[in-house]
Amino acid sequence: MKKQILLSAGALSLVLSSSFVQAAEFTVSVQNLTQGIHFTPLLVAAHPSKNTLFKAGYSASPALQAMAEGGALTGLTADLDAISGQYIANPAGGLLAPGKSTTTTTINTHDSKNQYLSVVAMMLPTNDGFIGLSNYPIPKHAGTYTININGYDAGTEANDEIINGGGAPGTAGIPAAPGGDGGKNATGAAAADTNTKVHIHRGVLGDTDANGGISDLDSRIHRWLNPVARVTITVK
Amino acid sequence: MKPVHHLTTRRHYRLLLPVMLSALTLAACHHDKKDAPNTENRTFKISITNLTANQPLSPLAAIAHTHGYHAFMDGQAASSALEKLAEGGDHQPLIIQAKADSHYLDSRTGTAPIAPGASDSLEVSVTHGSKAYLSLLSMLVNTNDGFTAANSYHLADLALHQSRTLMLPAWDAGTEANTEAAGTLPGPADLGEGYNATRDDTVNQVGIHRGVISADDGLASSVLNGSHRFDNPVARLTITRID
Repeated sequence: MKKQILLSAGALSLVLSSSFVQAAEFTVSVQNLTQGIHFTPLLVAAHPSKNTLFKAGYSASPALQAMAEGGALTGLTADLDAISGQYIANPAGGLLAPGKSTTTTTINTHDSKNQYLSVVAMMLPTNDGFIGLSNYPIPKHAGTYTININGYDAGTEANDEIINGGGAPGTAGIPAAPGGDGGKNATGAAAADTNTKVHIHRGVLGDTDANGGISDLDSRIHRWLNPVARVTITVK
Repeated sequence: MKPVHHLTTRRHYRLLLPVMLSALTLAACHHDKKDAPNTENRTFKISITNLTANQPLSPLAAIAHTHGYHAFMDGQAASSALEKLAEGGDHQPLIIQAKADSHYLDSRTGTAPIAPGASDSLEVSVTHGSKAYLSLLSMLVNTNDGFTAANSYHLADLALHQSRTLMLPAWDAGTEANTEAAGTLPGPADLGEGYNATRDDTVNQVGIHRGVISADDGLASSVLNGSHRFDNPVARLTITRID
C-alpha cells in the first residue's frame, strides 16, 4: 500500500513544517448529488473540535435551526466569529442546484486551532433538512480527500411539507421550492418530530397532487437517498 | 462523532523524499508519485453482492482503465452508452465506447443478471498496475434508469492478496422519467421497454437516485410495489488483487 514517507529530519523541519506538518492551506468543493433538491448558501467552516456546527443525537443550536429552517447563516457565522473560527459563507453566490458544484477560495488554518471542518446548507424544499459534515479532521498531508455526506433533519420543525414561505425559526412550513416544481394547498404530511435532536433525515413523502393532497412536494422529484452531497478537500 | 462515509477515498498521494536528497530534488518531488514500472501486470478479482430487496442487477460491466476515463460524471449528462445500460441493462455499447478510449486497459462482463441476495465475480487483468482504476456498472432493472456503480476507483494501492470493500449507492442516469409505469421497466416487475432515446427525466444529468415510490407508497400509476423500494447502499463490491 502506498504511503507517504514522512521524515522527522531536524535539519529540514523548519523548512518543511510550513508546507506539510500542519494542515495549512486547502480548498473545499461541494457538489449537489441529488436530482431534485437545491441547497441554500453553503457554510464551510474550520473550527476547533469542540465547536462543531452540529452533532447528530444532540439538539440543534439556535443558529443551526435558523440555517436548517430558512437557510440563514448569520447566526452560525456569528458563533464562529466568537471563537475565532474560519469560514467561507456562500461560496456559490446563491443556491446550489442539483448536480452543480462550487469551490471555496483557499482557507489557511496554519498555526490556528481550526483543524476540523464542518459544512452545512439547507435542503430545499424541506422543512428543516440540511446537508451536513460535522467535525471532519482536516487532513495534514497534501492530497485530495473525498467524503460523501448525508441529509440531516434538525429536529426543530414538523415535516409538514407545506410550502408557505415559512423560513423563520419556529415558523411552520417550507420557504420555497426553487425548482418551481412545488405544489400548493396541501393539508400537511406530518406533525412535530418524534426525534427532536439532529438526526438522519427520513426523507420526504411528497405526493402527485400539485393542488392538494398531504404534501406540496412532488414524490417523483423531491425525494432523495443518501448521499446527498460530495465534499472534496484539496490540501495544498 | 464521525460522518457516515459511503465512499471515502484518498485519491492523490504525494511523496516526500528522504532528507539526504538535495533541496532541488525535494522541490522536484512534489509531483504525483510514480512508484512502480507501468508495465507491471496485475489481476484483480471483483465480487459484487446485490443487497436490494427486489432489484435484480443487470449483467456486470467491469472496465479497468488509467486515470482519465469516466463512464459517467455526477452532474453531467449521461452518454448514450450509459443511457443504454441504465435504461435497458445493455452493457455492450459502454464496453465498445471504453475500448475506444485511450485510457482503456481491460474489461469483463457478467453473463447473467444478479438476483437480490446473489453475488457474481469476475477478473480483470491490467498491464499498467500502478496506474489502474476500476469502473463497474450494472442496472437496477426494476427501475426506469437506475444503476449502481463504482466510478473510477483507484486500484494502484492494493498490495498482492489485499482486498478492499466498497458499499455502492444507486445513481439515476437522468435520461428517462421515473414513471415506474407499465411498459417502461425492463425488469421482471414489468418486462417492459428498455432503452428509448427520448430524454424526459426531470434533469438530464446523472445524480444519486431518489429511490422508487411504488404503488404501495402513493404512486398509483406505478407497477412497482413496496418490495421494489431500495435504499443505499444497493450493492457490496469487494476488489482483491490476486496477481
